[in-house]
Amino acid sequence: MKIVAGCDVGSLTSKVVVMRNHRIIGAHVIKSKARPQDSAQKAMEEALSRAKLAMSDITYCVGTGYGRNEISFVKDTVSEISCHAKGARWLVPSARTVIDIGGQDCKAMKIDETGKVLKFVTNDKCAAGTGRFLEVMARVLGIGLDELGRHSAKATAPVTLASTCTVWAQADVIKHLNSGYLVEDIGAGINAAMANRVAILANTIKVEKDICMTGGVAKNVGVVTTLGKILGIRIKIARKADPQIAGAIGAALISEEKLNGGR
Amino acid sequence: MIVAGCDVGSLTAKAVIMDDGKVMSESVIRSKTRPSESAQEVMNLALREAGISMGDIRYVVGTGYGKDLIPFAQHVESEVSCHAKGAWWNMSSVRMVIDIGGQDAKAIRIDENGKVIRYIYNDKCASGTGRFLEVMADALEIRLEDMGDIGGQSRERIAISNQCVIFAETEVVSLINAGKNRCDIVNGLHHAMANRVASLAKSIGVEQDVVMTGGVAKNRGVFDALAEGLRLSLKALDNVDPQINGALGAALFAKELVQTG
Repeated sequence: MKIVAGCDVGSLTSKVVVMRNHRIIGAHVIKSKARPQDSAQKAMEEALSRAKLAMSDITYCVGTGYGRNEISFVKDTVSEISCHAKGARWLVPSARTVIDIGGQDCKAMKIDETGKVLKFVTNDKCAAGTGRFLEVMARVLGIGLDELGRHSAKATAPVTLASTCTVWAQADVIKHLNSGYLVEDIGAGINAAMANRVAILANTIKVEKDICMTGGVAKNVGVVTTLGKILGIRIKIARKADPQIAGAIGAALISEEKLNGGR
Repeated sequence: MIVAGCDVGSLTAKAVIMDDGKVMSESVIRSKTRPSESAQEVMNLALREAGISMGDIRYVVGTGYGKDLIPFAQHVESEVSCHAKGAWWNMSSVRMVIDIGGQDAKAIRIDENGKVIRYIYNDKCASGTGRFLEVMADALEIRLEDMGDIGGQSRERIAISNQCVIFAETEVVSLINAGKNRCDIVNGLHHAMANRVASLAKSIGVEQDVVMTGGVAKNRGVFDALAEGLRLSLKALDNVDPQINGALGAALFAKELVQTG
C-alpha cells in the first residue's frame, strides 16, 4: 500500500499527516515560521520521523492552507474548505455540518455523506469568532490558551461581554478584571462570546446534525459546549485524532484519491 | 451672558465657554477613569483660562458618552445634535459632518437650517475609529500626534489589506519585518482608515459641504485620504479646533436654552 501525506500550512500552525491505507501513521503540528516552505519542511520532517520514514517513501502529497502554494514537495494543492470537509468526514463519518475555527478565520460548511461540500461560509475579515480572539483574551487574563476552555465548567457566575469587536472586548475584560471578577467567570464569558459569534456565522448556512468541530479551537471545551447549546445540537468531538489536523488529514485522503483515481 | 458646553468622551473630555456667542475659552484633557472627574477637571481648566469662576456661568449643557455623569450640567444633548450644531454655527454651508472620535465614527447629514436629517454611527467595530490609529502608533512605536507628519513623507503607496484592527496590526508588523518604510506604512494606514469611514458616510448619501471634526481631523494624512476617498474637497472648521466641536455645539444649545427660557 502506498504512503501518502497531507500538509496544511496555516497562519499560526502548520500540520502534516502521513497516511497508509486510510490510517494515520505519523502526524505533527508546529507553530508556523515566517516562510511557509520552512514550516512545511519542519512539520514534514517531524511527522516522517514519527512514522520512521523518509521523504522518498511518500508517493503523493497534497498541500492546503494559506501557504499551500509555497510548498516545494507537494504534487497538488486543494482548498482548505475541501480538505476540512474530507478530514471531518474521516474523523466523524456522520458529520453533515463542519465548523472549523482556525487561528485567523472561521468556516462553517455543509457536506454530504461522501464528504463533498454543499455550502459554506467563511469569516477571515474580523478577528472576533476566530482563534485570535481567544488568544488575545487569554493573554489579557494571563493564562494559557489551553486553560481558557476549562474555565466555562468552573464558572459560577459567567460575565457577559458587551462588545463583539476583539479590541473593545479586550477593554471589557480588563474592566471586569479590575472590578474583581473571578478569572473563571470572565473566561466563561469569553468562551460564550466566541460561541455566540461563531453561531451567527454557522446559522447562515442552517446547520444540520451531526455537527463536527475541527481546528485548534475544537479543543476548547467551553466554546464547544456553549456553541452546541446555542445551536441546539450537541457537537461531536473528534476522538480518532487531534481536531487541529483535520485539514492535513483531508489533504492526505485527497492524495490517496488522486493516486487511486490516477488523476 | 456666559454659557458652557462640556463633552466627556471615552478618550478625551472637552469644555467650551462662550460669552454672547463668542468663544471665551476651550480646553481638552485626557479622560480620567470617572467621567465626573474628567468633567470637573476640564471645566476648571476652561474657567481658569477665561478668568472666571463657575458662578459666572448661566447654563451648562453636557454631551458625550459620559454626559449623564457631569455634576454641573443642567441639561444633556446627544453627541449627534451637538456636532451638527457646532459645525453649522461655524460654517452654514455644511450639509454633512464626519466626526471621528476615539472610539466611534459618525456621519451626520444636516439641512440648510442646521437640523439633523439622517446620521449613521459605528461604535461596534474599532476599525475606522481613533482606536485604529492608536493601536497602529503603538505597533510602529511612534506618537499618535506625529502620524500625520510621518505619513506625509511617504513615497510609495502601500495598500493595507485588513480592515480589522487586530489583523491590520499583524499586517503592520510583517510590513516592518519585510523592511517597508515606516512613512509608507503610516500613509497606507491613513488610507485604510479613511476608506472605512468614507463607506460609512456614503451609506447615508454624501452632500457638500462636508466638514471633518473630532481629534482625528487634526491628522492631515487621514484628512486628505478621506477627501480622496469621498472624491471631494473636504472642509475643516473655520478657526476652531475640530476636537472641541461637540462641546461647542453643547455651549450653543446652552445659549439657546437660556434665551428660550
